Amino acid sequence: MLAHEFIRNAYLAGTFVALACGLIGWFAVLRGQVFAGDALSHVAFVGAIAAAVVGVDERVGLFALTLGLAAVMAGLGRRAQANDVTIGVVFSWVLGIGVLLIAVLSNGSSAGDGLIVANTLFGSIFGLGAGQSLLAAVIGLAVVLAVAVSARPLLFASLDAELAALHGVPVRALGLVLLLLIGAVTAEGTQAIGALLVLGLIAAPAGAALRLTSQPYLGMALSAGIALVAMWGGIAISYAIPSLPPSTAIIGLAVGAYALASLASNIALWALPRQLRNRRTAEGGHSA
Amino acid sequence: MSNPTLTWNLVKDVHELLAYQFMVNALQAGGIVAVMAGVVGWFVVLRRQSFAAHTTAMMSFPGASGAALAGLPTALGYYLACGVAALAIGRSGGAQRRGRSGTLKGTSESAAVGVVQVAGLALGFLFLSLYKGVLEQLETLLFGTFLGIDSDQVLTLAIVAVLVLVALLAIGRPLLLSSLDPEAARARGLPVGLLDIGFLLLLGLTVAATSQITGALLVFALLVAPPAAAQALTPRPGLSLALSVVFAVLVMWLGLGISYFSIYPLGFFVTSFGFALYVAAKLASGATAALRHSRQAGKPMATLV
Repeated sequence: MLAHEFIRNAYLAGTFVALACGLIGWFAVLRGQVFAGDALSHVAFVGAIAAAVVGVDERVGLFALTLGLAAVMAGLGRRAQANDVTIGVVFSWVLGIGVLLIAVLSNGSSAGDGLIVANTLFGSIFGLGAGQSLLAAVIGLAVVLAVAVSARPLLFASLDAELAALHGVPVRALGLVLLLLIGAVTAEGTQAIGALLVLGLIAAPAGAALRLTSQPYLGMALSAGIALVAMWGGIAISYAIPSLPPSTAIIGLAVGAYALASLASNIALWALPRQLRNRRTAEGGHSA
Repeated sequence: MSNPTLTWNLVKDVHELLAYQFMVNALQAGGIVAVMAGVVGWFVVLRRQSFAAHTTAMMSFPGASGAALAGLPTALGYYLACGVAALAIGRSGGAQRRGRSGTLKGTSESAAVGVVQVAGLALGFLFLSLYKGVLEQLETLLFGTFLGIDSDQVLTLAIVAVLVLVALLAIGRPLLLSSLDPEAARARGLPVGLLDIGFLLLLGLTVAATSQITGALLVFALLVAPPAAAQALTPRPGLSLALSVVFAVLVMWLGLGISYFSIYPLGFFVTSFGFALYVAAKLASGATAALRHSRQAGKPMATLV
């Protein structure tokens, strides 16, 4: 299997993107910000199309738009966390502009505009060149390092923003940093492996990890680990069964891990004595 | 249709619009989904369930590709997929709204909804790869169209709308209470969990109907922007609900009217009007709050949004 270059490229890019998504996702899920990541992954294609209209490299447009929008979201919300209504309204407008740009493009000379959209929304991990996969790996690694460096203050700010602010932790700046990191992962991941994979690897492994353990660092490691296993396993399964698209296999494994973790945490919850169980449920339910 | 141009004579323009059966159908269909979206969206904004709404909208992809694979009509696949997604979100506890201060409740919601969305999309990919054909309507699915709506479709949309509105009328009061204060609703013996799932199913129906016109990605222009604008303007439930419907219909019809005269797509106009409306309402409510604040030096009244 590893004799094929496209498989080696997929593993190189996939490994680091999965680690980055798993780590970032743990914070996104903890803070209830999965929707922000989702919105960023959907608007990414607008950046690519805008770049095509202007005539610059599509990655410039992708990064400019996702990072810019991440900053706008941070700026609009309290504690650098935009609420879901603001995200929804802003994100649908950006998409509306994207539709306009598609029309502008197709009124012009170039055809194949629908293809750009389909590729940026649903890019394929098996279609990566050597340069592309190296770039994806480098960006993934950079995001992992950035999270590792800021993990402690970010954790503090996420768990108790008021207390963290009292201790001099820059809560707003950290919220902005997290959104920018999510933006960077989605910008890179979207064009390389598709918006679906990015969102799936942000939401499912982290959701599973948070249901299994309430210990922060163990949870982060678990989340990154589940994302990595889903990525590696999914690529292998999809190679073995050609009619199964890689995105489906990878997401299938990640969602399976989430379902198992939910099941396990529910069973653990019901196994508790009644009094304790009621208290746990009142506290949020997933810490069992 | 010869090249339509917008003149300053608005009566003549509207007359020209209504001369074509396809435009009349589009305006009827648009009006129907706008009323539905204005009402259901009002509860979506109140309950902070935009993410759930967006996730149901994305089910157009597995719905359409699954229907193509099974040889069913696209719309049917769409309604089915939206219904299943609504149940899945409700089942997995995604219906829990965010706790007032803590992130803990939001935690399980945000992840669960995201997982339902990617699971649906991944299935869509599988269907598409098994189908082996080209899903021609991909762009239409994502960005909608108002061309070629026939009167049968208008009738179907009207039936769906009546169903949804009657159901909402029936559960409106308990739903409002359980949206505003779940604890109090539970204490009064209201079936909060059942109401949550029931509302998600209505949301699924509405989203499936609305995205046939606006496209899956642009549903928010009708579903979230008008109600959010209305709720920013007034805290009174009845008034803001009415405003929300009026705004949604206005956004839809203005968008349809202008895109008829323009070479640019409906989605751009509808989302732009929705966005402009929301920004204007936010600015207006900010200004009145500041005015009241300076006048009585009290705390500015909290709005719902």
